[in-house]
Amino acid sequence: MQPAVQATMEFLKLYWVPLLCGVIIVALLPLIAGYIVLVERKLMADMQVRLGPMRVGPHGLLQPIADALKLLIKEDIIPENSDALVFWLAPVLSVGAALLALAGLAIGPAFQVAQDINIGILFVVGISAMGIFGIVLGGWASNSHYSLMGALRSSAQLVSYETAAGMALVAGLLFAGTLNIKAIVDAQQSAGVWFGLLSPVALFTYLVASIAETNRAPFDLPEAESELVAGYMTEFSGFRWALYFLAEYTNMVVVASVATTLFLGGWLRPFASVHWLDFLDYFPTLLMVLIGVYCLIRVPKQPSRVHQLFMLAVAALCFVVALVLLAPVILPIAHPFKAGILGSFWFLLKVSLYLYLFMWLRFTLPRYRFDQLMRLGWHFLIPLSIINVLLVGIALIAGSYFQLQGWALLLATTPAAVIGLVAAIVLLSVEQKTHSAAAPSAAADFYGG
Amino acid sequence: MGEGESGHRKRAIGEYRTAGEVEGETPLSTEVTTEHITQLGADELVINMGPQHPSTHGVLRVKLKLDGERVIGSECVIGYLHRGVEKIGENRTYQQFAPYVDRMDYVAAVSNGLGYCEAIEKLLVVEAPPRARVIRTILTELQRIASHLLWLGTHALDIGALTPLFYCFREREEILKIFEKYCGARLTTHAFRIGGLQYEAYDTLEKDVERFCKDFTSRIVEYEDLLTQNRIWLGRTKGVGILSAADAIAYGVTGPVLRASGVKWDIRKAMPYAAYDQYKFEIPTGTAGDTYDRYMVRMEEMRQSRLICLQAIENIPTGPILAKVGKVLKPPAGEVYHAIEAPKGELGYYVVSDGTVQPYRVRIRPPSFVNLEAFDRMVRGHLVADVVAIIGTLDIVLGEIDR
Amino acid sequence: MADKLIFYFFAAIAVGGAVLTVTRRNAVHSAIFLITSLLATAGVFLQLRAEFLFIVQIILYVGGIMVLFVFVIMLVNLDVSLQQLQFSRQKWVALIVALALAGQVGVMFWSAEKLPGQILPGVTAAAADRLPPNSEAVARSLFSTYLLPFEIASILLLVAMIGAVVMAKKRT
Repeated sequence: MQPAVQATMEFLKLYWVPLLCGVIIVALLPLIAGYIVLVERKLMADMQVRLGPMRVGPHGLLQPIADALKLLIKEDIIPENSDALVFWLAPVLSVGAALLALAGLAIGPAFQVAQDINIGILFVVGISAMGIFGIVLGGWASNSHYSLMGALRSSAQLVSYETAAGMALVAGLLFAGTLNIKAIVDAQQSAGVWFGLLSPVALFTYLVASIAETNRAPFDLPEAESELVAGYMTEFSGFRWALYFLAEYTNMVVVASVATTLFLGGWLRPFASVHWLDFLDYFPTLLMVLIGVYCLIRVPKQPSRVHQLFMLAVAALCFVVALVLLAPVILPIAHPFKAGILGSFWFLLKVSLYLYLFMWLRFTLPRYRFDQLMRLGWHFLIPLSIINVLLVGIALIAGSYFQLQGWALLLATTPAAVIGLVAAIVLLSVEQKTHSAAAPSAAADFYGG
Repeated sequence: MGEGESGHRKRAIGEYRTAGEVEGETPLSTEVTTEHITQLGADELVINMGPQHPSTHGVLRVKLKLDGERVIGSECVIGYLHRGVEKIGENRTYQQFAPYVDRMDYVAAVSNGLGYCEAIEKLLVVEAPPRARVIRTILTELQRIASHLLWLGTHALDIGALTPLFYCFREREEILKIFEKYCGARLTTHAFRIGGLQYEAYDTLEKDVERFCKDFTSRIVEYEDLLTQNRIWLGRTKGVGILSAADAIAYGVTGPVLRASGVKWDIRKAMPYAAYDQYKFEIPTGTAGDTYDRYMVRMEEMRQSRLICLQAIENIPTGPILAKVGKVLKPPAGEVYHAIEAPKGELGYYVVSDGTVQPYRVRIRPPSFVNLEAFDRMVRGHLVADVVAIIGTLDIVLGEIDR
Repeated sequence: MADKLIFYFFAAIAVGGAVLTVTRRNAVHSAIFLITSLLATAGVFLQLRAEFLFIVQIILYVGGIMVLFVFVIMLVNLDVSLQQLQFSRQKWVALIVALALAGQVGVMFWSAEKLPGQILPGVTAAAADRLPPNSEAVARSLFSTYLLPFEIASILLLVAMIGAVVMAKKRT
């Protein structure tokens, strides 16, 4: 027994951080996804001149817990002629793929489940591609024509936009030179400039493709309620539907994390290599202090005692977090944790901004029809991303010929970005011309025209 | 639409034809049955939409015959909201029937009431006093704005824009508050009486309307910012559901749908009623007759209604609000057809009186019913995803179609 | 020891998945078990420190080819084929061929043990430690030693794609 116990202790000593991250992801992520849903509902309400969930808990903050409870105790309805194995497997595949993809991502230099793997980004992209099976099998298992059509459409959309997303990532990877996540962020630190600035076309392409990848508006036709084809999630009730929902929001977090890592500098603060801007290290603390102060100001304006106590608690939490963020900057003994703690804050801030953009677009834009969606993917995004890879490659060759490093690389990549923008406009106008219906005047024959 | 038959007897219940059938025509349903789908990739299939569906704006059942993804035929099955309003009209006095008309187009109840009251006034050969006519105009134009706002919100929601709905309802709320202050009800208002109005305009009516109209311009700009130049909106609505002017006239389509096809026909200008001849306003028309043009026409109509309201509140004449019609109404025997420009089109009332306190026949020509006939023509050749947009652009209310 | 356990774990899933693939009546079930088998194979790649092959197996095989299989299975009406017994005629021939194949594989392994001069590509985990990082190794060899076959394969894929699109277009 002794050598086995010793081997286990060795294993734990080496891998306790990834294990902890793994446990946190699996245990906490459903809760986090639930709160992302609450944030979305509150944001939607704010943009729609209303309040959102307000009843359950102060300001509706216990709403996700109520929703989770409700979904858990709902009756599990299985359609009569459905395939039991596939019906069970489909949501599990979706959620499993989404959660597993999170294993490859890093919030800070040390917070990664799959530590330092050579194929980091490719791992994330590949595993999240497996989520397509959850959709296709879900539609199949529902034993309904409409669900199957919705599922096939959804997966066709996912597969199409995966190509564009992949090519956009390739453009970013050309700058990084490696697939390893830590190495990508370190490359951005040594270059001193984020890859999203070096190739904004790639960032834009990835943004649009990732919205389509996660089935969000304006690309959410396969799962919209007002459409004729019901969507692959229809026959799943209760907890199975919650799993699909969880998979969708986890996928959102995954694509946001991939974009942040590759294009937005990962866990680096803005201007990470510029040392006279080191006072920016105090920004996280300042932000949390400001939020705490705002909560304190709002305490007297709360309607009831419970609300006031709650606001006080939130303010206290903000101040505690501010202290935690301050410690690595000030205390010398905590310096080794600086990159980890502050890095996590910056990473989460960037992911939140990306998700905010997702939600903002959802509330503002109408929905694309399916053929328009596919046309946009194949006729616009894929050519644009391929052209972008070419242009970035040329810019890099020019950069290495003229020995441009870091910020100076912008001299080479900005013309590439401008040409990419021109290409995008040309592609869009070509697509408009070939597709626009030249509608004759409806009254021409009536008014004797 | 004017000839009655002498000796026309009232039909007993059960003798009426089933809604949706036309004598002499084979309906779509006997050609293709809704079969259980076992094979995907079948070339033609019939699918069913509704009667419970988030986007059919009521209980409407639409059978679509598809070739792959394209619609090659359709049939609307109505009657799920039939309440026998016209039959009820034969058994109520003229004043008792007035609340029933509100419930037909429940989205724009004030217009319904206006049409009915004016039709009976025509039978009685009385005219509402000028003050009543102006206040009626103001309220009806506010109702037009409210109806178009609801249309815009739900149409945008069907196409996927989640936010305009709430903005539109915010404005509609203001209008409904005005109605509530005036007559006590928001939705089924029964605002007008035969011969004029029952309630005097409340103190701050003019101020409220003026404040609403002043705010409204910036609100319309909000909706237009979200939709009019939006690429996705243009892609979903341009070229969708084209109805040519000849077709529109052949089908008897009226209202914004007709005007968007290029025909400049508005009953407020052609056969003015209430106080419309006193005000200057434009009739917006479209050119292409597609969903986008109908959207633009209705947006412009909202602006024009606002202008009418502003002109009207500047100069509301003083005087009585109810003509002398007496408590018991016994119009002389005869018939009348009176049509108004309701928000959805030409709303017509054909009332036959036999000299008693109850009408012999009240026949209502609902604009949505006739407009829905053009649905088949508009939807052929489009994709299934456009069906929802086309139903929305017709602006139908099932209460009015089925009565 | 741990290496062996992991290998046998993946191998068992791969073999079990393969057996289940061919014995299921329901085509979608077969596809699911084939996916399982392919994933287990990817696991074996991972254990051999060939992480690039691992992820490419998942992206291409599972995420591309199997998705296509599943699409086709779902779009084709399978009620008819399920009613026919698929294996009635070829059972015995298949058994003989499988036994012959197993015999050859067994002879190969047995002879490797008996005759020391035989060189089998015996890659154990220890030997795999000395390999360079897999992505770079694959990239280096693809773009230097095997550049021509790589380009030819790319053109072949392009031709296949264009051919598929042309054939799928309806004649108008």
